[in-house]
Amino acid sequence: MAERLLEVKDLKVQFATEDGVVNAVDGVSFTLDRGQVLGIVGESGSGKSVTAMTMLGLTRGVNARFEGEVQYKGRDLIQLSEDELQSIRGNEIAMIFQDPMTSMNPVYRVGAQIAEGLRAHNEGMNKHQARARGVELLRAVGIPNPESRVDDYPHQFSGGMRQRAMIAMALANNPDILIADEPTTALDVTIQAQIIELIGRLKVEFNSAVILITHDLGVVAEIADVIMVMYAGRVVEMGTKRQIFYDPQHPYTWGLLGSIPRLDRPKADRLHSIEGTPPSLINMPQGCKFRPRCPHAFEKCWEEPALENRVEEPGHSDRCWLPVEAKRTVRDATISGENRAA
Amino acid sequence: MSTSETPLVEVRHLKKYFPIKKGILQREVARVHAVDDVSFHISKGETLGLVGESGCGKSTLGRTIVRLLQPTEGEILFEGQDITHIGTRGLRSLRREMQMIFQDPYASLNPRKRVGSIIGDPLKIHKIGSKSERKRRVQELLEIVGLSPEHYNRFPHEFSGGQRQRIGVARALALRPKLIIADEPVSALDVSIQSQILNLLKDLQNEFDLTYLFIAHDLGVVRHVSDRIAVMYLGKMVELSPAEELYQRPIMPYTEALLSAVPIPDPDLAAARERIVLTGDVPSPIDPPSGCRFHPRCRYMTDVCREIEPPLTDYEGHLAACHHPLNVSKDEALRAGAAAESPESAPADATPTEPAGKESHPVSAETPR
Repeated sequence: MAERLLEVKDLKVQFATEDGVVNAVDGVSFTLDRGQVLGIVGESGSGKSVTAMTMLGLTRGVNARFEGEVQYKGRDLIQLSEDELQSIRGNEIAMIFQDPMTSMNPVYRVGAQIAEGLRAHNEGMNKHQARARGVELLRAVGIPNPESRVDDYPHQFSGGMRQRAMIAMALANNPDILIADEPTTALDVTIQAQIIELIGRLKVEFNSAVILITHDLGVVAEIADVIMVMYAGRVVEMGTKRQIFYDPQHPYTWGLLGSIPRLDRPKADRLHSIEGTPPSLINMPQGCKFRPRCPHAFEKCWEEPALENRVEEPGHSDRCWLPVEAKRTVRDATISGENRAA
Repeated sequence: MSTSETPLVEVRHLKKYFPIKKGILQREVARVHAVDDVSFHISKGETLGLVGESGCGKSTLGRTIVRLLQPTEGEILFEGQDITHIGTRGLRSLRREMQMIFQDPYASLNPRKRVGSIIGDPLKIHKIGSKSERKRRVQELLEIVGLSPEHYNRFPHEFSGGQRQRIGVARALALRPKLIIADEPVSALDVSIQSQILNLLKDLQNEFDLTYLFIAHDLGVVRHVSDRIAVMYLGKMVELSPAEELYQRPIMPYTEALLSAVPIPDPDLAAARERIVLTGDVPSPIDPPSGCRFHPRCRYMTDVCREIEPPLTDYEGHLAACHHPLNVSKDEALRAGAAAESPESAPADATPTEPAGKESHPVSAETPR
């Protein structure tokens, strides 16, 4: 049994805004073990980034309210003070952000930015040691000529190299957990492939756990072990990679799988699409949050279903009223990408 | 896809260089070779997909065709008429024939204008119809793209990304153009919304007999919409083929690598397939590598690739520029060599454009972005 690193229990995040209370995350629970890659999948506004940022206290503010627990090594990250969090951030839990263009400071050299994180968490490390470690890290993430590149400014790096440098920065203190928020979205496919390979390697070499946030099911199919599908601030389905891809239980997951134009299948005449748009987080629909867009909704869906574990499939849970047999008969058309919503 | 009639658009040896100026005198010190000797045509009613990594010149090519950018060299023909140097007045009537859909639905709509005037302004500029007729037309357009006529008086910020992109589509349709250049129209959208817009574009094409130049970096999306697909790398067109064929039988190693890099949303297939991970980044278009521009990253590279630029060769309707073509039988290669005079492969003869003595300049000199 691998070491349990993180346990999130019924996390809720609300933001008070002028227009009303935004329920950004509404009762999310999951666990993360050492060496595991958890993929969090969902559309923009589904609460996937807020979940991750809340773990590091990055969503704290006067208008934010939190409920639930984030247990990490016997401590609840939600309750920690800013100072205590500071010693965890970038040290034990590190984060990579989506946009490599804006997440580095343009007026500092890349090496200096890596060294900053190193020296902040390692008292007694001098500049030379930090620089040497920076070079080592840049080499580890595959930057050519790291000895000279370490003195470059971010603008001298291409997008892919910047994302590598960000990963180097995140790995500087051998974190237990690496949170990657859409790490490949801003990159070209060829560069994306390099970064995916890199993250997969890190899992093995650094023995970290990875939380990978993405909207791209192709990316999670490559490297995730467990997948959590989010919709409107909730987990609608969670299971192992095989369960999600080969035996998905929630109509939203079917829709996501069906709406990707796929290279591995004959060209479909029309793409499946999920009609409508995600609900406003201020004014959520009654009952199941996916009901207004769900082609299979029936009366019972006006009541919200709970996230239930499937009895016959341990570790696989979903939030849907449809009986299992009914799901089996209706889902295939959706997943294969046929647009036959009825 | 060869038709005897004139193609809607024909591009011949198009080049677009951007000067880099330095010093007080603003002397030109170098040039970005954004589009470098590209030739192709688009037939009426077809969709030509244009793919490549960022910085390969695909957007510049699209913008040059609608003459948002002035070409450096070459010819652009629209319905047989040369529009390369057409003046402001000519351009205005040309814009009735070709329109663009932009990538970012947040930046491409004026936040201070109401939807009605965003879509209606093209009609006003071209003095089409009376005020009430225009309003009716805009409302009709809103319905065509799947919005409701009541949205006429709303502002862009009241809409989601997908809805905004629909507004962008309605604006492009307003003048009933023949050609629409869609520059990454879905890459800023979520997957579920992306498929809605792709289906919409397809329906509109059938309904209004539109021709698309569809620019995107996502090979899955491009395959779904295109009849033919062109692949660009560092300003050059390196492969052009019927859509399905490109996926079944890529000839250029770059295309092969691009295809293998696309993540497949199926864990077993993803684990089973061989993946070609290209090392390094795209070299700088300021000083592109000599010979074949792809050679520093190519796994089939030999000496000839470093020295001689491969011509775009016609393998029975499937064009590719490579010294070591993949998936091509000896016979085909021979026949391709003999038939070098087909119109599309014409640029082949004009190859030695690269002055000799230019040095290969791999990965080290990236430009930002």
